[in-house]
Amino acid sequence: MNRIYDEPGPRTRRNMRIGSAVSFVAIAALLAFATGQFAAHGQLEPAKWAPFLTPTVWLYLGAGLAGTLQAAAIVAVLGGFLGLLLALGRISRSRPIRWLCSTYIEIARTVPVLLLIYLMLFGLPQLGINAPTVWKMVIPLTFCTSAVFAEILRAGITSLPSGQSEAAMSLGLSNAQALRYVILPQAARNVSPSLLSQFVSLLKDTTLGYIVAYTDLLYRGQLLTSYLHELIPTYIVITLVYLTVSASLTALATRLQKRLDRKPTLAVVQAPLPALETVSAK
Amino acid sequence: MNALFEDFGSLAEGLGMTLLILATAGIGSIVLGAFVAVARISPLRILRGAAFAYAQFFINVPLLALLILAVFALPAAGFILPVVPTVVIVLAAYESAYVAEALRSGVNTVPQGQIEAARALGLTFGQSLRLVIVPQAFRAVVQPLGNIMIALALNTSLAAVVGVVELTAHVNKVNLVYAQPVLFYTTGGLVYMAIALAIGLLTGRLERKLVVIR
Repeated sequence: MNRIYDEPGPRTRRNMRIGSAVSFVAIAALLAFATGQFAAHGQLEPAKWAPFLTPTVWLYLGAGLAGTLQAAAIVAVLGGFLGLLLALGRISRSRPIRWLCSTYIEIARTVPVLLLIYLMLFGLPQLGINAPTVWKMVIPLTFCTSAVFAEILRAGITSLPSGQSEAAMSLGLSNAQALRYVILPQAARNVSPSLLSQFVSLLKDTTLGYIVAYTDLLYRGQLLTSYLHELIPTYIVITLVYLTVSASLTALATRLQKRLDRKPTLAVVQAPLPALETVSAK
Repeated sequence: MNALFEDFGSLAEGLGMTLLILATAGIGSIVLGAFVAVARISPLRILRGAAFAYAQFFINVPLLALLILAVFALPAAGFILPVVPTVVIVLAAYESAYVAEALRSGVNTVPQGQIEAARALGLTFGQSLRLVIVPQAFRAVVQPLGNIMIALALNTSLAAVVGVVELTAHVNKVNLVYAQPVLFYTTGGLVYMAIALAIGLLTGRLERKLVVIR
């Protein structure tokens, strides 16, 4: 049944039933305690949650969600393009270009986005540089995300068997042609799950719009709390909306990965990409 | 440059807070993550389901939304703690989901023979997990765990948003006084890079020491 344990015997089965019952009681007790705590402070009263049954509130939050998706899309396009250039730079033949791209990537991966956003918000205006609101978030996010995209794409490119580029060369394709028609399409397909999970973490990072006062979901949520004065229901609803959107994208990424794993013709990138864990950890 | 030295003390204070949050949340996330990973591979369906839900929740919800929920909203439901412990708990819970995922992929690298050998020696399921499987899984994922710790180090900066005066908040505050953005933000960035570098070097060293060559 599983590689870690045997088919259980009668005694183990009894122990498992006891274990299941104990875990069930423990989890139920935990949930009951939390619910009791909410109820004791009057947070479960229907009146507090009623606004979230009205279309007006959802239209208001919907505009925030649209802003979130829009910002994520801008960063994904810009960051993806920049990331591709960086990935190519990192495997280029010229040493200065390799060095430059590696340095950029190392810096961008180890500086917190918030520090850069504060720089855009409070630092640069002191020097007379003031960007529009969206860009105060988009520029720092693009700076950091492009490095992650670069690492994912590079992993995809370098994990293709060298026979692919050799075959392209022997067909008479130039370097650029080999990259465009042979290497990149395969590399992009192989790393598409990692790219998608990076997009999810990007979507989560757009909550920084809360700080720069860009109309994203979390910022709209905050504005809503100052109108409704209901902190708990509002932030719980916001959290659940984020959960729904990201979880469906994550599920899609898992499915893509399973499909790639199944197709024998594409079975080139099986090694887990080291970037993946970091990436989603943002 | 003088401004930097004048305020060196307060920046060091901010760095201290960042390191404190990093260390406590880091250890917390690894311990919690190990439990979640064990639950995730346990034979009990209910524990597997609960661990799956836990990991999915924390992987798919933005950290900032969780921090704001925990610091500003949850006190209204009677969950009252000082802000620093709250931030540490949220960070530990958030990163533990990633630790659990990494460990689970580490468990997959433990060869079948090891598990069968443990069973053949008469170890119970709990014993073979504790003595054979989990230690080897940890050794296999030193590098990914290091990456998660680096991400955690960067994520501690979000504590600034909910009012913890750590490194990022300090840099920001000091800059508002001295108005030398390039100097202060570069210093802040370099400190974070140094932290990430230190974690990277440490895990590199641990990796060489602990890795099981198969």
